[in-house]
Amino acid sequence: MKNFIIKRILLGVVVLLGVVAITFVVTRVIPSNPALQWVGSRATAEQIAAAEEELGLNKPIPVQLGIYLNDMLHGDLGYSLKSHRPVVDEIMENLPPTLELVLLGTIFAIVAGMALGVLTASHKNKWQDHLGRFFSVGSVSLPTFWVALLLQLLFYGVLKLLPIGGRLSMDAQLFGQVPDVTGFLLLDCLLTGNFSVFGDALSHLILPCITLALYPTGMVARMTRSALLEILNEDYIKAAQSYGIKRKIILWKYALKNSLGPTVTVVTLSVGYTLVNTFLVESVFNWPGLGSYISDAVMNMDYPAIMGVTLFSACAYVVLNMIADIVVALDPRVRI
Amino acid sequence: MEDYIEIKDLKISFKSYDGQKRVVDIDELKIAKGEAYGLVGESGSGKSVLALSLLKLLTEPPAVIESGSIRIGNLNILPKSEREMENIRGKKIAMIFQDPMSTLNPVFTVGQQIIKVIAKNQNLKGKQARQKALEMIELVKLPDAEQIMEKYPHELSGGQRQRVIIAIALACGAEFLIADEPTRNLDVTIQAGILKLLAELQKTLKVTVLFIANNLSLVSLTCRRIGLLYHGQIVEQGEVREILDHPVHPYTKTLLQPLPQTEEEKEAVRRSLSVQENADQGCPYQFRCPRAEEICKKEMPPVHQIGENHEVHCHFLEEGESAR
Repeated sequence: MKNFIIKRILLGVVVLLGVVAITFVVTRVIPSNPALQWVGSRATAEQIAAAEEELGLNKPIPVQLGIYLNDMLHGDLGYSLKSHRPVVDEIMENLPPTLELVLLGTIFAIVAGMALGVLTASHKNKWQDHLGRFFSVGSVSLPTFWVALLLQLLFYGVLKLLPIGGRLSMDAQLFGQVPDVTGFLLLDCLLTGNFSVFGDALSHLILPCITLALYPTGMVARMTRSALLEILNEDYIKAAQSYGIKRKIILWKYALKNSLGPTVTVVTLSVGYTLVNTFLVESVFNWPGLGSYISDAVMNMDYPAIMGVTLFSACAYVVLNMIADIVVALDPRVRI
Repeated sequence: MEDYIEIKDLKISFKSYDGQKRVVDIDELKIAKGEAYGLVGESGSGKSVLALSLLKLLTEPPAVIESGSIRIGNLNILPKSEREMENIRGKKIAMIFQDPMSTLNPVFTVGQQIIKVIAKNQNLKGKQARQKALEMIELVKLPDAEQIMEKYPHELSGGQRQRVIIAIALACGAEFLIADEPTRNLDVTIQAGILKLLAELQKTLKVTVLFIANNLSLVSLTCRRIGLLYHGQIVEQGEVREILDHPVHPYTKTLLQPLPQTEEEKEAVRRSLSVQENADQGCPYQFRCPRAEEICKKEMPPVHQIGENHEVHCHFLEEGESAR
């Protein structure tokens, strides 16, 4: 097990190096002038030259990559060309709102997806199954931005139940005491016991969260259903029935545990997907997170910021995959 | 002796694309309390379907129970709902399945699986359930019960697994046990051990056993009475000794013949296997029977009672057979 984990970590490092190299070269090759971004559009030729010197842009690209990697090892991802602040700080500031969305969305997806999967598998070819499958195929195939707009139209425009976007309403921002302990707004509200802001924050979270959870919910439901159907045909399920064990227990315990392998893999992969998907969802719902940050960065050709966020996403992917492998390896039958 | 199990007029079919096909058609099958009854038949003769129907575990559809009744003790099985069956399965009837490789749940330890069954059927919890589980493992003569409890099924050998499966079935505490080819997929030496164990347990625990096998010699070791199943119908039944010594039905005779030695004998076996199967009417064995005549194709053979405990379904009885 130990060797397995070490091997996986080493492999992850190789993947990350590859990601850094590729994005680094790509951001250097696209036609833009970072030095000009750094000093502003009205700078003189001397100022631009000085900025190139300061940012190390006059060195050859492999050397620049070496410098970047060296800085990266010391926890330095460079400075944002726009704000002149360290990219690491900016990512850390924008991370909690995004993580809040991704985590809640994923938890929702796991619970709802598994429940839907078990429901459809246990009612195979009945109306529950058809409806559930219709929903899961739909949720996987509908484009996220369109679903987001549709939900806004329905819950804000027609029903007037939920806010259209943002993380807090104006009232709460101006008059409520918005707590800031960890950056996770819901958690902070609970920690400080501020329930009026909590409610406000929660109502803002619902729509983006559902939008985000839709795709993984469908994936988990389909995966759970097909795995369960296969397992319900196994001899040991019939045997368990013959010992008089209740159908509910057989379904939720005996069969579900056997089907977890593929489900875990799908969940971790779709968390990665969700992380990327938030970038879209955040801009539709005007959610202040990593997604809004990177779309601004792309618009401004702020390449240290682009690199930073890309690196972060790649890291997340690698770690999630590693977790998936380790969890699957916890199955008693898998020997490493 | 009082009959504990009584199956009457049981007809079970399977739906397929080319219509319904009947797989079980039993006029009458009775098993006395505490008796071990052996049911012998080749693959596809409907043995396992019959076993599953006793537990009402057939998947319907494709299976269709056309008619008949099954009585176990004072319970009439067929009209029971799924919820009622959940309380009958395990407590009253338990089953030992045929494939030790796939009957245990791969992601739970042996201990977890036995304890769950004990908790469900005997209302024991915690330490008591564990203690009972250990007793069960010792009962099936597995050494190091404590260690076995912590093992996952894939860590055990085939013979060990089959013993664990027997332990689980016994842990239900049922008075009726169905053993569906419990020695399939095991080597001959392990088979002997399992059979000996089953015979011993049947005597000490005084359970009623329906023992299903595809081999006459297997049931002759464990059972007092046997029935031969051919295409879902019982063609001959009676006491083991009686049938082994004086087989009457042509099918039983074929089974008891020594393995074919000469080319001629082998050819005869080949010919009998290549003919059309499944009679629409008449005797089920008509196509393979060396003695078949016109009447066999038209009419169901009558039941001949030979002696007190021996009956056969055939149109022809050889000289002296009916007299005995």
